Amino acid sequence: MAEPIIQLKHLTKRFGGGENEVHALEDVSIEVRAGEIFGVIGLSGAGKSTLVRCINLLERPTAGEVIVDGRDMLRLTEKELRKVRQSIGMIFQSFNLLMQRTALDNICFPLELAGAPRREAVRRAEELLEIVDLAGRAGAYPAQLSGGQKQRVAIARTLATNPKVLLCDEATSALDPKTTRDILRLIQDINKRLGITVVVITHEMKVIEEICARVAILDHGHLAETGTVEEIFASPRSEAGRRLVYPDGVPAEVLYSAADRDRVIRVAFNGGTSYQPLIATLAIDCGVKANILGADTRNIDGRAFGTMLLGLPREGADKAMTYIRSQKDITVEEVPDYHG
Amino acid sequence: MADFFADPQVLRFLQEAPFAIWETVYSTLIATALAYVIGLPLGVVLVAGENGRILKVPGPLMTALNVAVNLLRSVPFLILMVIVIPLSRLLLGTSVGTPASIVPLVAAAAPFVARIVESSLRELDAGVVEAAQAMGCSPWQIITKVMLSECRPSLINGLTTATITILSYGAMAGAIGAGGLGSMALMKGYQRQMTVMLWGSVILLVLLVQLIQSIGTALSVKTDRRINPTESRRRKRK
Ligand SMILES: Nc1ncnc2c1ncn2[C@@H]1O[C@H](COP(=O)(O)OP(=O)(O)OP(=O)(O)O)[C@@H](O)[C@H]1O
Ligand SMILES: [Mg+2]
Repeated sequence: MAEPIIQLKHLTKRFGGGENEVHALEDVSIEVRAGEIFGVIGLSGAGKSTLVRCINLLERPTAGEVIVDGRDMLRLTEKELRKVRQSIGMIFQSFNLLMQRTALDNICFPLELAGAPRREAVRRAEELLEIVDLAGRAGAYPAQLSGGQKQRVAIARTLATNPKVLLCDEATSALDPKTTRDILRLIQDINKRLGITVVVITHEMKVIEEICARVAILDHGHLAETGTVEEIFASPRSEAGRRLVYPDGVPAEVLYSAADRDRVIRVAFNGGTSYQPLIATLAIDCGVKANILGADTRNIDGRAFGTMLLGLPREGADKAMTYIRSQKDITVEEVPDYHG
Repeated sequence: MADFFADPQVLRFLQEAPFAIWETVYSTLIATALAYVIGLPLGVVLVAGENGRILKVPGPLMTALNVAVNLLRSVPFLILMVIVIPLSRLLLGTSVGTPASIVPLVAAAAPFVARIVESSLRELDAGVVEAAQAMGCSPWQIITKVMLSECRPSLINGLTTATITILSYGAMAGAIGAGGLGSMALMKGYQRQMTVMLWGSVILLVLLVQLIQSIGTALSVKTDRRINPTESRRRKRK
């Protein structure tokens, strides 16, 4: 297994103090392996940006450790930190290009900072423009470029100093779906060809799905779970994970597939005088633990209407069905080919 | 027409105007330059030092700078001129005349320039500064290569406004014996009721302001790559 290139240990970040204190990150530990594309996903305000900004110390954590490429970031002097930052590229949702410089000069900028001679910087910048597929637009100013093109310039700019790590904070969130895919492909290409480790921050599951190998889910500043993208897609263990994988609610088949031996029945309430506390009665009278897979019922004038999907354990299912059939104003049918 | 030019007041005006223009122009330019020598770094510190975002400036010093700027700005120029008379004497050995008027002009304009520079620099998106920091920019590099160069068009607009304000302050300084168009309008035009002098110098002042504004706006617009992004064709290098 590859060495972790980024280690975040018990990272905690709080903003402000007293009553207004915001706990942006609480005891988050993450390891990113060299050469992988690692995703961090979470809803707005989950602390994703704070997390990624702690990696290059744009934000200093309140507690915890940040180790990048074997270096304890929090122990570096200002000068050492600036040097290390040249090996950690970062791109943003809003591109953050210098508006008064051409695409070429934007890419030259980090080289200029590093003290490279102008001629060399220009040569390297032209090479990079080629890599990001913008060879013809060297002299264009950011105001003349589309969002996708601006992000390409930003990517080329971070590549100029040969970084080992590329941090992407919502790098595609301002782009349309097609451009998003193109930029993701470019990031993937850079990861493969140049061996740069990539950390992708996003609130969109499809971005993770498209390029990440492993993913961490953040929820209100806490690490909800980490795992390979396949694992988390197949069976999210955390509440936050389920919410992200199934933004429209958990479909029945997912819950159901966890207990494959169950039988599924559909129960229809046809306006019985009141809601029968059906599930409780099943458990007490028949000893059957029913699992509500889905429900669409309503109460009108104290009478229940609608249907409910129940998962029943195989043993006891028949007994339960018989019991439900005996109830007034309730019909029941089995859903034989119900499968996710 | 010939009568008009034969009028002794007109003749005198025509004789004295060039020197008055010269005095106004040079005192304005010198005062503006000196005001920027003090005000520009001050404005930069006011933005870059805020919350130690770019420069690590101690909090109490930031507060002191802000208070000092506000104090100087709240004193009306006419009063400031009188207050700094001892300072002019100390620096230049005299408190009257055009060179001496530059001292109160700078004292009044520097804090004004600091605020103008501050507001220009605040227009810069924090994300751009952040990106530069992420690339390993030093504070000095952020100030020169990011803040000042990205805000250039707005800084030029500010410079225009500052120059015009200093020009009009300079005209007021005519009251304490400074030369130039202001004194011409005030001392000769108004107090000795020479109408031609009065209106002539006012018209010249208006023209000067117009000229400065046009040059400033043109420069700002022409150099702004956001509004006027002519694609630059670079020589292809081997
Ligand atoms: N500089 C700051 N000062 C105070 N609170 C902050 C600061 N930065 C972030 N926060 C707070 O920390 C929490 C996490 O913010 P963060 O920007 O990391 O979220 P996010 O997951 O990136 O959200 P989004 O998807 O909206 O970008 C939020 O509650 C936010 O208000
Ligand atoms: Mg964010």
